[in-house]
Amino acid sequence: MNAADNLAPIANATSIPWAEVPEWPVADLVRVVADALTRNGRLCSWFGVAEPTAGPALSHAEGPALSGVEGEGAIRLVAVVAFDAENTLAVGRSLPFSEEKYPALTLLNHQAHLFEREVWEQFGVEPEGHPWLKPVRRTAGNAPANGEFFRVDGGEIHEVAVGPVHAGVIEPGHFRFQCAGEEVIHLEIALGYQHRGIERALAGGPHRATMAQMETASGDTTIGHATAYATVLESLAGTEAPLRAQWLRAIALELERLACHTGDLGALAGDVAFLPTSSACGKIRGDFLNLSALLCGNRFGRGLVRPGGCRHDLEPERAKTMLARLETHLADAEQAATWLWDAASVRARFENVGCVYPQQAAAIGMVGPAARASGLVRDVRYDHPAGWHRFAQAPVAVWSGGDVLARARVRWLEIQRSGQFLREQIATPPEGGIRDELAPAAPDSLAVALVEGWRGEVCHVALTDAAGRFRRYKITDPSFHNWTGLALALRNQAISDFPINNKSFNLSYCGFDL
Amino acid sequence: MLITILYGILRLALWLLLAPLLPGIVNKVKAWVAGRRGPPVLQLYYDLARLWRKGVVLSTLASPGFLAGPAVGWVAIVGAALLLPLGPAGSVLGFRGDVLLLIYLLALARFCTVWAALETGSAFEGMGSVREVSYAVLTEAAILAAVLSLCVHNRGLALAEILAPSAGAGATLLAAGLFTVLLAENCRVPFDDPNTHLELTMIHEAMILDHSGPPLAAILHGASVKLLLFSVLLVQAVLPIGAFAPLAGIGVLVGGVLVTTVGVGLVESLLARFAFKQVPFLLTLAFLLCLFALLVAWKGGAA
Repeated sequence: MNAADNLAPIANATSIPWAEVPEWPVADLVRVVADALTRNGRLCSWFGVAEPTAGPALSHAEGPALSGVEGEGAIRLVAVVAFDAENTLAVGRSLPFSEEKYPALTLLNHQAHLFEREVWEQFGVEPEGHPWLKPVRRTAGNAPANGEFFRVDGGEIHEVAVGPVHAGVIEPGHFRFQCAGEEVIHLEIALGYQHRGIERALAGGPHRATMAQMETASGDTTIGHATAYATVLESLAGTEAPLRAQWLRAIALELERLACHTGDLGALAGDVAFLPTSSACGKIRGDFLNLSALLCGNRFGRGLVRPGGCRHDLEPERAKTMLARLETHLADAEQAATWLWDAASVRARFENVGCVYPQQAAAIGMVGPAARASGLVRDVRYDHPAGWHRFAQAPVAVWSGGDVLARARVRWLEIQRSGQFLREQIATPPEGGIRDELAPAAPDSLAVALVEGWRGEVCHVALTDAAGRFRRYKITDPSFHNWTGLALALRNQAISDFPINNKSFNLSYCGFDL
Repeated sequence: MLITILYGILRLALWLLLAPLLPGIVNKVKAWVAGRRGPPVLQLYYDLARLWRKGVVLSTLASPGFLAGPAVGWVAIVGAALLLPLGPAGSVLGFRGDVLLLIYLLALARFCTVWAALETGSAFEGMGSVREVSYAVLTEAAILAAVLSLCVHNRGLALAEILAPSAGAGATLLAAGLFTVLLAENCRVPFDDPNTHLELTMIHEAMILDHSGPPLAAILHGASVKLLLFSVLLVQAVLPIGAFAPLAGIGVLVGGVLVTTVGVGLVESLLARFAFKQVPFLLTLAFLLCLFALLVAWKGGAA
């Protein structure tokens, strides 16, 4: 391994001039990234950037669609790799190329399989040898272009199609099961029904609507995505948010985690018709959401995080109220969870159902609680601390087994540890202001921000043009890494156990579809 | 003669009008345990009235069987209910061997539901039908064993003869076995979840996904009659209602049905539903309980 083959190291929540990002011919980039991934690297993001066309540059008014997000001309590929054990990130890029093909990274490392499909879909560049090249979220007419589904042959095989319209009030997605009787042989998940074109809308930004779009990239991860976006802008401006704003963001992030994990434990109980926990958690989730409302006036944390700081402060008076209410709600959650763990009938449903083995989870690059339930120790708050998490951390919640029970257990561990984190942090606020005026973004720079949202790693990468506007903005929601995990979990499981598996992951459709 | 016919109509009206009360009570119990207020006890009546006024959406693929299924099924269940004696009031249509007709009417109702479900050709309804029929194999065995034990114990083939006296020493076994069968036959937790919206986990609900309007009302009403039928059967099979004075006997019957209904609600409140692969074990257990009741009746020195 010679020095020329090294990706450029970069810390979470920092930026690097575009010119300093090392570049290789595309085939070499694939090799270099594959090497990095075998050295315990994890692929955070992999995307294409259109090269500005020669001649008069397109102004943003003429077509934001062509400025870096999609196109036909020459492109570069950009890779963001995380070395969790070394607490560093690394970036690299290819030289511009306009060939229609390049050797697929997926063949060397499976983590890239969806990323390469996405690049192919957006730029028409084919990763040669990709085993399952089909659209990710492109629409054809009024629905996503799903393409052909994987089919299992056999007289006893039957196909079950579920969605995109579901019986509950949930997001749209299509699930295609290949079953032998009650047993699922293969599940293929087709998404894209919520594709809103967020990345395309960001080109040439930030625009007036950008902040609102970030907060709703995946509505239940408002704080996660908003914090990642604000962090990207702050690192491009060469600064960071005031300490007290970082503290507020950390508190809001854990409140979001508490509400979502509690809601999911209740939903899991509901799916196996275990009423006590199901009824209680629905209410307690609301209580936690109301704590977010106490902090910023919105139950989902909208309007709190802004580039340069936060818009609402937590005065000592309200902090006291929040602590008191937090104690009550945590005690309620403890009771509801105890009912769940103590019921033998529930354990019988959760144990050994939907196992994702550690090797599988690592091979496809799973993140967040789902990965930690398979015994993988990866948590952005711990591995790549930024913001307030440099000063205060909660222990990483890990469970082994990889089944529904493990995923539920990790959720419960995180509820307890987030609760403890909040108790300690709310009681010891830092002094100072909560928002600074932000300097203009540095031109021609690449900024990376990772945030551990409640589902896992939220990754935002921004590349600015000569004027400091976004030339390319790439969002990777944790769901993008984890949907494949759900498909793997269903192998050889009873089709009637799909709902509890799905709920134990509870992935975002709109975060994936963008 | 006229009096008999009028009496029969009165009994029929009683069955039809009282049945929808039971699911309401179950839901109230569940809500009470969960600390909610819950839907009104009369909710099913409102639902039935609403569905009756609605139109029907018909698949272009479905044959008339799609509509005939719920109709025949409803008639079969109501017919079975009319066969049942009501404690001291006796039965209206009773005859020697009517117990066999009861079992066959219930089987006919199931056949019709499955038939109508398969008409649509939907994957969900196919799965629901398969599950329903597979589990029915075991529940019907349990019902047969239970009925046989009553026949042997009370030396009769008419429902009025075998249900009025006590079930004897095997009563506890029969109570446990028949209660399990009641839960399974009426799609209650831990076998099925009547509240779920998840098609992949449904049994009975999956079979009626494509029904709407009056046919759906017939299915829902038929299901409530079936729950009442099984409760009445369970109470009479287990308690020696014939030993009470007529008024007290009616009181015991009504009280017994209420206790059973509340019991269903409590099971539903406190137990998670089973995985499908566990269901056959529980149903086999129910069958064995009824079988041992039969052995007790046979060898245990019947009257």
